[in-house]
Amino acid sequence: MLEPIVTLSELKLGEKGVVADIRGKSADRRRMLDLGIVENTVIEALQKSPSGDPTAYQIRGAVIALRDYEARRISVSRA
Amino acid sequence: MPQLETINVALAGNPNVGKSTVFNALTGLKQHTGNWPGKTVESAVGECKTQYEGRELRIVLHDLPGTYSLISHSAEEEVARDYICFEKPDVTLVVVDATCLERNLNLCLQVMELCPKVIVCVNLADEAKRKKIYIDTKRLSALLGAPVCLTSARSNTGLKELLEQTAALALSEDPGRCRRIDYGPVMDVALNMVEQRLPEQAAGLPSRWLALTLLEGEGTPQVERQTGIDFSAFPVLQEALEEGRYLLEKSGIPREKQKDKIVSSLVEEAGKIVGETVSLGKANYNSRDRKIDQIVTSKHWGFPIMLLLLGLIFWITVSAANYPSGLLSSLFGFWEGELEKFCLSLEAPGWVTGLFVQGIFRTLGWVISVMLPPMAIFFPLFTILEDLGYLPRIAFNLDNYFRKAHACGKQALTICQGFGCNAVGVTGCRIISSPRERLIAILTNTFVPCNGRFPTLIAIITMYFTAGLTGVFRSVAGAALLVGVILLGIFLTLVVSRLLSQTVLRGVPSTFTLELPPYRRPQVGKILVRSFLDRTLFVLGRAVAVAAPAGAVIWLMANVQIGDASILTHCASFLDPFARLIGLDGYLLMAFLLGFPANEIVIPIVIMCYLSTGQMMDITDLSLLRDVFTQNGWTVVTAVCTMLFSLVHFPCATTLLTIRKETKSLKWTLLAFFLPLCLGILLCAVTANVMRLFL
Repeated sequence: MLEPIVTLSELKLGEKGVVADIRGKSADRRRMLDLGIVENTVIEALQKSPSGDPTAYQIRGAVIALRDYEARRISVSRA
Repeated sequence: MPQLETINVALAGNPNVGKSTVFNALTGLKQHTGNWPGKTVESAVGECKTQYEGRELRIVLHDLPGTYSLISHSAEEEVARDYICFEKPDVTLVVVDATCLERNLNLCLQVMELCPKVIVCVNLADEAKRKKIYIDTKRLSALLGAPVCLTSARSNTGLKELLEQTAALALSEDPGRCRRIDYGPVMDVALNMVEQRLPEQAAGLPSRWLALTLLEGEGTPQVERQTGIDFSAFPVLQEALEEGRYLLEKSGIPREKQKDKIVSSLVEEAGKIVGETVSLGKANYNSRDRKIDQIVTSKHWGFPIMLLLLGLIFWITVSAANYPSGLLSSLFGFWEGELEKFCLSLEAPGWVTGLFVQGIFRTLGWVISVMLPPMAIFFPLFTILEDLGYLPRIAFNLDNYFRKAHACGKQALTICQGFGCNAVGVTGCRIISSPRERLIAILTNTFVPCNGRFPTLIAIITMYFTAGLTGVFRSVAGAALLVGVILLGIFLTLVVSRLLSQTVLRGVPSTFTLELPPYRRPQVGKILVRSFLDRTLFVLGRAVAVAAPAGAVIWLMANVQIGDASILTHCASFLDPFARLIGLDGYLLMAFLLGFPANEIVIPIVIMCYLSTGQMMDITDLSLLRDVFTQNGWTVVTAVCTMLFSLVHFPCATTLLTIRKETKSLKWTLLAFFLPLCLGILLCAVTANVMRLFL
């Protein structure tokens, strides 16, 4: 059973989430989609930058760093 | 003799998948490659010859910019898409990363919509093998409907087969049958409807792709621009589009999400294919990379490691460059003596010997002996870091500061390029997709010292700040000071970036995404050869090309008398009052002005000026050099201000031309000239006057 929905930025390091929704302007949303962040994608929070932002995520086999601001626009359910 | 047939091949792929390596290996050209996304900023064309079934073939490769997708609207994506779509290559070769197939297939599938003949090159097979990632290429080929070749371009494995397959595909009568992407049943109906109503004028374009583009609508203006077809003039088509969108809406996909649906279908399709073709020998195939990241980007160690690595590179450069520099210098000194003897034996007039030997040859000798050793050491070391994949981690570590300056973290990567050459750094700014942030990065790139300025900094540090130390301490202190100068440069970059984003380039940070690629084992041998041949000799060649005429000009200025003094003295005394104000002297300021074509020649010009009446000496003997400088009135204030001004003044001519080319605007080019210049004057004036108060 999936846990309630949080934003990607709320995932703790090592935690995984399943993408439920991406908010934002069409162009910004597309950037996320191009990276493979679509509904039902499993994302794992890996590592925070030394200054706390951005955070590196494991997304479909690649490691992508997103700023907190972007990560907050992606809703995930904790997996 | 059989006729030579030409085959046009477009080379597409995600950033950082070894596309340039494949290109180089096939064409024998030497595009610079590195382990970070966005290295290929200029598309290159190269060719190779091959035979296939007795036919002589000339394969022309067009290296397209690396992109993750062809659907969005960044400049690189447009270039890549337009090329495949409108130039119609015979074959499109898509290079994908074997260690990250899923993400790479997204682009591959999009290319398949555009071009019927696609060949997939699964590169970095050696890395995948090491990580125990197994790819069933036969199955992959069947699923994609395209030939698949496994290669390790770095070690030249699989390329022969790739070339053969490319030729076979290009020559085959079969029009090609790539996988048809499943966008879902409703989308399929809508697409079919639109496809059938496309106007005749669009007959040459890939119909399914065109239908997709028109249906989602955002890409329509661009296609209209490229083709000159006004699609709104076809009511039948417009009706079909409207009906299609309505259908989709009714099936639960609102209009604003219809493009999302297309993109996510591609991603899901890629996921499905990978599920059927890739098996992992160990579940945590990238656990080693994660462990390294946990250290090099950790809260406590991230920054110290960064500084240590930078310091280590400089330390090796500073301490190892001395000996070869001295050797080169005495060698040139010897040759100069021989040349003078030769001129004497020819009974050449004094000015000929003066101009060619003491002017041109001497300056050349100095530039080479001062520049070559540090570059030949620095470039390979830096390239190793680059090849390893460490640079994106620097961007990751520093992004927060760039965000606070309302700029993009990828600016850190362009700064790293700037260490080599600011012109390269400026071109590299293309990896920043927001135009505002890109301009900021372009305008501030000159705040990191390029390789032409390092020798100046190193010489002054060694003469004035570490002279009292001996042995290892001396070189360590030298490297530490150099790191300090660079940190100051980065600090200025951040401050000016922030300033720009609050004034002429107002705006908030845009979306930031940065890929942290897998670490790769650097190929040390190749790096040594490559970075020496491609970078060192290139930069040196440029310096030499500038040094020769500069040497002639200086010699003439020093030896042509007007009234009671030489032109050089006249100019220097004219500049002197202002130069004193900012802690320099007339000769120094003139050297910076004459060094406009290339910063490498600043110190040689200064020495030349100081010695214009004196005797030749070994300029790598820094204690002697220091004496000369001191005799000419140098103090610690002069040393500090010269270093500051070297760090912060107008960019060199090459960089400015590149800025002009990249921004296509005279206004920004002028700003790029005057902003650092004014800042440099201000900084030097304040520093000089404050220091004089206390000294």
